[in-house]
Amino acid sequence: MELFTNQVLAGIATGAIYACMALAVVMIYQAIDHLNFAQGEMAMFSTFISWQLMQWGLSYWAAFAVTLIFSFIAGIAIERILFKPLAKAPVLTNVAGFIALFAIINSSAGLIWDFTIKQYPTPFGSSPFLGSQLISTHQAGMIGVTIMLLLALYFFFQYTRIGLAMRAAASVPESARLVGINTSWMIALGWGMATAIGAIAGMLIAPVVFLEPNMMGGVLIYGFAAAVLGGLTSPFGAVVGGFLVGIFENLAGTYIPGVGNELKLPIALALIISVLVVKPAGLFGRHIVKRV
Amino acid sequence: MSAAEEVVAEGHQAVEAVPKRAMTLGTGTSLVVLAALIIMPIFVKNFIIFQMTMLLIYGLAVLALNILTGGSGQFSLGQSAFYAVGAYTTAVLMEHFNVNYALTLPIAGVVCFAFGFLFGQPALRLSGVYLALATFALATAMPQLLKLNFLEHWTGGVQGLVVTKPDAPFGLPMSQDMWLYYFSLAVVLAIYIFSVNLLRSRSGRAFMAIRDNEIAASAMGVDVALYKTLAFGVSAAITGIAGSLGAIAVQFVAPDSYTITLAISLFLGMVVGGVGWLPGSIVGAAFIIFVPNMAEGISKGLSGAVFGVLLFLVIYLVPHGARQVAMLGQQLAGKLRKN
Repeated sequence: MELFTNQVLAGIATGAIYACMALAVVMIYQAIDHLNFAQGEMAMFSTFISWQLMQWGLSYWAAFAVTLIFSFIAGIAIERILFKPLAKAPVLTNVAGFIALFAIINSSAGLIWDFTIKQYPTPFGSSPFLGSQLISTHQAGMIGVTIMLLLALYFFFQYTRIGLAMRAAASVPESARLVGINTSWMIALGWGMATAIGAIAGMLIAPVVFLEPNMMGGVLIYGFAAAVLGGLTSPFGAVVGGFLVGIFENLAGTYIPGVGNELKLPIALALIISVLVVKPAGLFGRHIVKRV
Repeated sequence: MSAAEEVVAEGHQAVEAVPKRAMTLGTGTSLVVLAALIIMPIFVKNFIIFQMTMLLIYGLAVLALNILTGGSGQFSLGQSAFYAVGAYTTAVLMEHFNVNYALTLPIAGVVCFAFGFLFGQPALRLSGVYLALATFALATAMPQLLKLNFLEHWTGGVQGLVVTKPDAPFGLPMSQDMWLYYFSLAVVLAIYIFSVNLLRSRSGRAFMAIRDNEIAASAMGVDVALYKTLAFGVSAAITGIAGSLGAIAVQFVAPDSYTITLAISLFLGMVVGGVGWLPGSIVGAAFIIFVPNMAEGISKGLSGAVFGVLLFLVIYLVPHGARQVAMLGQQLAGKLRKN
């Protein structure tokens, strides 16, 4: 039983990361209806920026704040410069654009910071949490930050004018435009916020997976899986999906014989597909009624 | 249900409609291209012939994806899995059972058709990004599955299998590379003609009806489930045959040759060639084979970035891929003829 609780708690901790990543995926998906394949690389680049700032002598939280601002602006810039011209292009062309962005960021990060593995500090410390052996303070911190982030987003979308405008622009762009919302800028704002959320995910996971240009590969896949599992139209679902994927991944690795680390990912994905076959819109997604 | 929810799905098409006639080149142009493909190997070195063979093979795999996405509107990031199954079928049959290489192609096709058709069954309920994730899962799982212990006797595990390259038959005075090129060309040509006819047939029209509007198609009596899985099966079969040819040409199969990177390359090939335009498959294959090499030549450290920038350039200039260029060319030719 102790092994079980242990694995569940560790699963919740990694799940917090997937939840952050899934949240970022859902943010962009809501704004532009695409899955951003470069999301993980963008988060990785932001994490490197914060690492560089700390190397230059900034404190953790100062670097954290500067990185968030940088990521927000960079996200908007990427949308304005690279993807706005593609707004009218076919969907699959946009996907190709994401893949191109992925290649560009990955390769540049490798050139600037090379591919050696770097240590990344944690602000929470790595001692056992509240004297328990089950999770470390860093893992508890990750869970706390994710929950705070989710609450902040909830208040932003529910109670601020601009949050309302963003929701309107995402769900019914034509009508939103008619009431005077600048939908094009709302998309850019969505990109900025998603990039900043991704940066938080990257900075939280870096102490666990270490910092290197390919660090987000696996995380992004789990993030996608979590977002799709929870429902791409629901930020809350994305977070729940993230925790579920984290827990399931750990339990499958522990209890299903012959799975081990190699087959963890395929098994997790297989589970998600089984869920989708039963509930095609995800656990919390909105079922869209189609018309001819 | 709110009015907003009803509106969302309208006017939202994953793959744009390509009219049936715009899917191929005209007869004259096709013959010129074919003649060029037949004559070319006589003048170049063996290594370039090998690259041309790979171009045909990747072109075939892109064509298969094009039938699935351009034809039936389903999106797949898992083509590398079908490619791997085809390659391994050929390798295992040739090395363990001494089957003739040419005979392994149809067997690989049948095996992959069954595999694709079965995969299409659960995938039926998924569309768009959900389907993309499901196929993506298939592609990530495949290399791991090929490494499984109990299959090791057949697959060679991590080491993979070495495949013998066939000699030219009937004592033809040809190098192995050249023979394999002509063999691949014949296979590709046959499948290309089959694909064009398939898309122009009743089944092809059903695919396109589903692509353009699934609900309207089912209202008209198209068996959506059947044709969607059929498209998956045909696409998988052709990808599998490409995988077979690839195994013979490269003389080697190993789990790590068939990762998600291959699936992404094939996808990029389709976009660059033009979704739904069959001759574009070869153009797309050329892009995914030669541009990474070119990028490496420009800058070793930044090859990924150079590749990304080139890809961006292509999709900015021609968002519809090579098809757009071909259409422009046609219009120009039409104008010149009038003058």
